[in-house]
Amino acid sequence: MSRQAGRGVAEALTTWHRSGSTWVALGVAAAAVGVVALSADAYLHATAARMLPLALLAVSVAVVTGHAGLPTLGQVAPYAAGAYTTARLALAGVEQAAVHLLTAAVAGAVLAGLLGVVLIRYRGTVFLMLSLGVAELTAITAAQWRQVSGGTDGLAGIPAVRLAPGLPPLVADRAVLLYAAAVALCATVGAVILLGGERRMLLSAVRGNEARARASGHRVTAYLWAVHTGAGAIAGIGGALLIHTHRWITPADVGFATAALALLAVVIGGAASLPGAAAGAIAVLAVRDVIAVWLPGHAPLLLGALFVAAVYLLPGGLTALSARLRPPTPSRRPNHVAHASGSPARPTARSTP
Amino acid sequence: MRTVHRIDADGVPSQRPHGDVDRAHGNGLVATGLRHAYGYLTVLDLDTFTVAPGDRHAVIGPNGAGKSTLLNLLAGATRAQSGAITYNGQTITRRQAAWRARAGIGRTFQHPSVYPDLTVLDCVRMGGWHHRRHPERTPLEVLDLVGLIDHADVLSATLPHGHRRMLDLAVALAGQPRLLLLDEPAAGLTDAETTRLLDILDGLPSWMAVVLVEHHMDVVAALATWITVLHHGRRLTDGPADRVRADPAVAALYLGPGGDDAAGQ
Repeated sequence: MSRQAGRGVAEALTTWHRSGSTWVALGVAAAAVGVVALSADAYLHATAARMLPLALLAVSVAVVTGHAGLPTLGQVAPYAAGAYTTARLALAGVEQAAVHLLTAAVAGAVLAGLLGVVLIRYRGTVFLMLSLGVAELTAITAAQWRQVSGGTDGLAGIPAVRLAPGLPPLVADRAVLLYAAAVALCATVGAVILLGGERRMLLSAVRGNEARARASGHRVTAYLWAVHTGAGAIAGIGGALLIHTHRWITPADVGFATAALALLAVVIGGAASLPGAAAGAIAVLAVRDVIAVWLPGHAPLLLGALFVAAVYLLPGGLTALSARLRPPTPSRRPNHVAHASGSPARPTARSTP
Repeated sequence: MRTVHRIDADGVPSQRPHGDVDRAHGNGLVATGLRHAYGYLTVLDLDTFTVAPGDRHAVIGPNGAGKSTLLNLLAGATRAQSGAITYNGQTITRRQAAWRARAGIGRTFQHPSVYPDLTVLDCVRMGGWHHRRHPERTPLEVLDLVGLIDHADVLSATLPHGHRRMLDLAVALAGQPRLLLLDEPAAGLTDAETTRLLDILDGLPSWMAVVLVEHHMDVVAALATWITVLHHGRRLTDGPADRVRADPAVAALYLGPGGDDAAGQ
């Protein structure tokens, strides 16, 4: 009986995996936000809303790490560009959400594009170390460029965002949560769509065998630069959400610790899945900001334990769990005719670097 | 009429007929003064190398002769340290591998090179990506040609060696090359697979030029009409396939003195 039940669970997981786990995960995320929003606890609303900027940053890191195959700590740079651009716009009296998000996305994309011109030439550990340098330079720049960032004191008293001119500012915690969740979901869905289908297959090919891709005429560097730049736009939107949910910013918010948390989130969630990376970010912040409340001063220890557990117990992350639990099957697709008609490829889950 | 003038210190000038050289200058590939070194070790120093449309040009030589380096330089995987390469009358010396591939220079690799996360069919689709709107052959037809149609949905990483070689060839053919560079395509194949490979290569269109780097003399004998022999990065000799295979110096190179009988087989 128990064996049958176990097989049933495994088959259910297999079906779930094959039926588009990405969209299921997005649906679950939307439902979770709805449940939290229905709660009467304003602190819970605020706490949940403040997790979403890092969730978008983690999505951005997953795009670069999981899809382009370039492990990065440097996405805090476009995240910072988006955040400070939004903060400066709000302090200058521009309070419309659409303007903030668009400008932050452009700022993030431009900075990521410029950085990508240099970074994309490198691979693997060298890329990771260079991106670490970018993360450090980002925090240093934020601390030193006082005219823009307010120095180490940061920028405080940032006005609340408005959805449209004439509407009241988003001050209530529940409203901020719903707004931030809508933006995060839309950005993630957009990224999932843009990285789906043939583009996913293209990036999987480039990631798997760059020399072969070049020998088949693929502009590998251009592909990776485009992905890096697009991920910068997502990080920039995440930066805008940081301002909209926190309404203050300091250089510490865009430093190495934030970059490390985002990469940890990707390791836990799974670099191959963008919603998985977002879920990983929420898990990381839940451990740091909620569970660690009961163990004061031990949040770094808990995060370290979480990282070690994720690496050993969840290779490929949370989103690869279903694939690991399902019964072994031959490595065949159900019907190759589907390929000829242009159906999207679904590469196997990859463990994070 | 163009002829070869420069002769390297230890190499010999190319014996290619002027007609072939002229055709190569027109619609083929011409490399002149190619030199490549790793530190103080010169691995290739070749005065000229020409490939005319429709050529079946084999490059042979012992390990370390510079054969794969030559292929990498022609394909653009390695940047030439000196020399010039023209293709279809256009200088491509500084062009990247991807550009050359789109211009019609396809290749296979010494170690069969596939996309490990993709299925066999998707690998071929990636190979023919730039011709996907108007392919000469659909990916499934290419797979049928190389005998992998029944493995279309298999993850390429799980293929055995022989099938990977065929997939590597299929990916190259899907790119609809006008010049196909084959780096030891028969290495590690069984007799049956080698026969299949020869059938495939024998059926390639006559306008497609093929440069074949190969150790299997049976494959070279079956395919090549012109052979260049490299030794220590320089041309030992070149000429029509029958004459080069009968050359005692070539036999000695492969088998040591007295090995000419075996070389001719």
